[in-house]
Amino acid sequence: MEEFEIPKQPGSNYLNAEYGLKSWLLTKDHKRIALLYLGAISFFFFIGSLYAMAIRLELLTPQGDLMQSSTYNKTFTQHGIIMVFFFLIPSIPATLGNFLIPMMIGAKDLAFPRINLLSWYIYMIGGVITIYALLAGGVDTGWTFYVPYSTTFSNSYVIATGLGIFINGFSSILTGLNFIVTIHTMRAPGMTWFRMPLFVWAHYATSLIMILGTPVVAITILLVALERLAHIGIFDPAAGGDPVLFQHLFWFYSHPAVYIMVLPAMGVVSELIANFSRKNIFGYKFVAFSSLAIAVLGFLVWGHHLFVASQSVYAGMIFSFLSFTVAIPSAIKVFNWTATLYKGSISYDTPMLYGLGFIGLFTIGGLTGMFLASLATDVHLSDTYFVVAHFHYIMVGGTLLAYLGGLHYWWPKISGRMYPEGWGRFSALIVFVGFNLTFSPQFLLGYMGMPRRYHTYPAELVSWQVLHVLSTAGASILGVGLMIPLVYLAWSLRYGRIAEANPWHLPGLEWQTASPPPTENFLTTPIVTHEAYEFAPPEHKEVVGKFERQQPAET
Amino acid sequence: MPEGLAATHDHPSHPALQHHFENMEQQREAGTLGMWVFLVTEIMFFGGMFLAYTLYRFEYPAAFVSASNHLDIKLGAINTAVLIVSSFTMATAVYSTQVGRQRTTIICLILTMILGATFLGIKGIEYHDKYNDHLIPGQLIPSRPFAPEVAKPGDTDPHKLHLIEGATVQNVQLFYWIYFAMTGMHALHMIIGLGIMTVILIMAWRGKFSPEYHAPVEISGLYWHFVDIIWIFLFPLLYLLGRHLEGHG
Amino acid sequence: MQSWLPVPESASTLSGDVDALYFYIWGVTIFFTLLISVVVIFFVIRYRRRNPFEIPRPIEGSHKLETLWSVIPLLIAITFFVWGAKLYFAQYKPAQNAIEVYVVGKQWMWKFQHATGQREINELHVPVGRKVKLIMTTEDVIHDVFVPAFRIKADVVAGKYTTEWFEATKPGTYNFFCAEYCGMNHSGMRGYVVVMEPTEYENWLSGNAGQTSPAAAGRNLFESLGCISCHGANAEGGRGPALLGVYGSKVVLNNNSSVTADEGYIRESILNPQAKLVTGFGPIMPSFQGQISEEQLLDVVAYIKSLSTTKPEQATAKPAPSATPSTGAKPSATPK
Repeated sequence: MEEFEIPKQPGSNYLNAEYGLKSWLLTKDHKRIALLYLGAISFFFFIGSLYAMAIRLELLTPQGDLMQSSTYNKTFTQHGIIMVFFFLIPSIPATLGNFLIPMMIGAKDLAFPRINLLSWYIYMIGGVITIYALLAGGVDTGWTFYVPYSTTFSNSYVIATGLGIFINGFSSILTGLNFIVTIHTMRAPGMTWFRMPLFVWAHYATSLIMILGTPVVAITILLVALERLAHIGIFDPAAGGDPVLFQHLFWFYSHPAVYIMVLPAMGVVSELIANFSRKNIFGYKFVAFSSLAIAVLGFLVWGHHLFVASQSVYAGMIFSFLSFTVAIPSAIKVFNWTATLYKGSISYDTPMLYGLGFIGLFTIGGLTGMFLASLATDVHLSDTYFVVAHFHYIMVGGTLLAYLGGLHYWWPKISGRMYPEGWGRFSALIVFVGFNLTFSPQFLLGYMGMPRRYHTYPAELVSWQVLHVLSTAGASILGVGLMIPLVYLAWSLRYGRIAEANPWHLPGLEWQTASPPPTENFLTTPIVTHEAYEFAPPEHKEVVGKFERQQPAET
Repeated sequence: MPEGLAATHDHPSHPALQHHFENMEQQREAGTLGMWVFLVTEIMFFGGMFLAYTLYRFEYPAAFVSASNHLDIKLGAINTAVLIVSSFTMATAVYSTQVGRQRTTIICLILTMILGATFLGIKGIEYHDKYNDHLIPGQLIPSRPFAPEVAKPGDTDPHKLHLIEGATVQNVQLFYWIYFAMTGMHALHMIIGLGIMTVILIMAWRGKFSPEYHAPVEISGLYWHFVDIIWIFLFPLLYLLGRHLEGHG
Repeated sequence: MQSWLPVPESASTLSGDVDALYFYIWGVTIFFTLLISVVVIFFVIRYRRRNPFEIPRPIEGSHKLETLWSVIPLLIAITFFVWGAKLYFAQYKPAQNAIEVYVVGKQWMWKFQHATGQREINELHVPVGRKVKLIMTTEDVIHDVFVPAFRIKADVVAGKYTTEWFEATKPGTYNFFCAEYCGMNHSGMRGYVVVMEPTEYENWLSGNAGQTSPAAAGRNLFESLGCISCHGANAEGGRGPALLGVYGSKVVLNNNSSVTADEGYIRESILNPQAKLVTGFGPIMPSFQGQISEEQLLDVVAYIKSLSTTKPEQATAKPAPSATPSTGAKPSATPK
């Protein structure tokens, strides 16, 4: 990697280039904005987790003796709203994506740094309004805001929450817009589309969904708020409107939104699997295009949320079939990751443990989606705990694990310090075990008939309680597993071992600069002459075994 | 952050070049693409409402025709003409910036803004008429709920609502809800457009633009044309469809 | 189904089929999860990094393999789709010769009304071995009737009638739940379906007799709401169209299209009479929106249905068969 100049001393970097609160709050540096996001989403994740714990504790007993029904309903609603809109959707794109996309393609920043900062402020304004709604009395409609409950019957802060989500949507749109333009126009010389890391491809696909889907949910939520405010009736059957239209509009965004959450995670995992087995990804183009395929197909399947919602039988059939087609690009990814491991040089570092955990959990999460895409089983399973288990396998088992894996992987680049490896592996294991114990019993609960959003359940169904107790036990383990990284990552900021520029010895562009990087990322614009994940030069293709590794930074 | 740090060695860096771009060409490309991507999100934003319009139009054709007939087609047509002319003056402003005619640019921008304001004024008159006829849907204005007077057969008072067979007042309200949501959202975009034009006008006045640097004018022009195009769809959908049934009105 | 399996009781004609599909998909899920896990674990151990400097040989990829692992999942998915869709048709196909029960959901209770007049709250008595069709609507928000033991579920949507049906296969008491979140006491909106032997069911019916049947109640409403002034004292027609035999027939509208007069059409014609006018009649009927509750509406629908003995498929409007509607509402089906 001769063409990259790496600053010898960690003198000026993006963290110490400027000091003071103002230098953070007015920064246009994508890396600092990523950290602003990191702080904010960690806060929201913490709030969302508290709600999750409250839900799990309540369900230990069938009677609902911990809180009132109305409190419970607000708890799961707010858990959903906070986790979906304020944690999962921005999680990987706004932090890791923001930090890494310019670095991975050899750019100095995103195309629109001011818009990037603006998107963080919009996110915060949306967040503050939502938090206000929660503190003022909360909202109890479920995160899906189904009408006419949300427009007419709920006595909670629907308008304020809706406004918070509406505003927050623009933050997603602007992030997506910035990524698309950056990836199109800011690639360094030699960084062709098919040399881009798969992380960038995944974010490109994600951004497409953000710009195409978010406006629809924004207008939908706005219409709900207006309808509630002015009693107009576009969704109100008493005024000639159609409540099912709301469901169509809502899921037109909210199903693709699932892919906003999971595509970046797939991007992270592609990086982890390739880099920690020192192999180029198996079937690079298939993995890259499968991201786009998922983004496109994701827009055609929303109707599978309406199989029991009085949609016509024929519409149901079409949506069912289309839903199955999304499985194919997802399967392609899983098989390609697995094949990448073949004859690799696999390390057991923490990020890789998360990456491997992701493959397993995503496989289960994806395959259990088949039960819900299949019409007859969905009739029985929809709105039960099976659905809850399925999407938590995708969102927590998928997105959260990848997010944690990515955070560990790039932590040396972000903070300039190494995290403690032993603790990292330990907590990865705890998270994996805790997660499975929490959510696997819920598959069984769902098939046995436990509806979701239930505060109480029949006491005579002992098996239900047993499964709920197991699930709560798992959630406690998961909670502990998530606290450990919080502590040691904070600890490492001060006491961690100083990280080298390229501690994992990888070829990606983001590693060919100092840790932490300088404000402008690269001292000179890099010129790219290699494919992604090129550990060995092409002429070594036939040679197995060792060759001399180029030491990126002499010490 | 030093300005122009990243400018490549051959080109002298333009004062308008932002530090993270390699050259003006890249900066212009990014800006233009950014606006196009933004317009795509705008299409989706209006798309939700177009979908609602389509569904309910097929569900309640008679009510939609009755309600549409009540709209003032003359004002709508004048507004359409106003916007088409404003698109022309905007295009001229972009062209004259590209060739460096600052005076023409400024005149055209001012004309565009006047036309835009005219549109909003006429729209305001229309809204006021609807207010007078009690056609503001629901309790959007709490003191004036939706309560149009329905014309009896033979009555030709244009302020009354003339329902054709099969139309109900309730479904007419649905039309007006969609009408106000769509035209209101469009008017909001016009107002934002006027704000953008003001900024561009000031920049043009100060001589910021040149044949080398005119991306902001171009990009604002894209936005302006887009807002016009939305209206070009709204006008026939809201004002014209079903006019052939006017005999009933 | 054996009790040791984590599945709810299987007590309808279709529940076994749903279980079979469910276990088939589980089979595939477990197979692929194990396959991936075993292969990943094997690779991770076999190809662990033995030397910090080793660089493995790059492998490009293989179109053959990509095709293989695209086509195989697709084929398997198609089996899920075909099986699932086929069963779905069976689940949603309108049931013929079924006992009809009107269901009204309301925050937070369920009201059931039998054609024979019995009314129940949060409890539904049905005989074993007979098809039971639920015709459902709601007075407020969206609800959903979910009977795990029968593997059926359907949303109950304001402004329209939705239906679901089942045929219980063994007597017993089964939980049913509201499965669409409906507000504060959502989880309390549940009850029991009591499936009885036919004789027991007959006893229950006669033990609870004496309540007005929906059709009779509808007849009373038909008079008290003034429908008779236009539709005729015996619904034979007048200024408004005749309603005798209208249910299940094709109605020609004034725009020359036609609709089948099902429950939904009758409902719409009462609440929004101008929407689909019968050819030859003017828009003179007032809307009854807001003047009639969902339960009353169902009664009137039941009355109008009772004026027709034809099955929905037969498109002819017969002359009035009987002027005693309450008997006409009795299900004419016979048990299998």
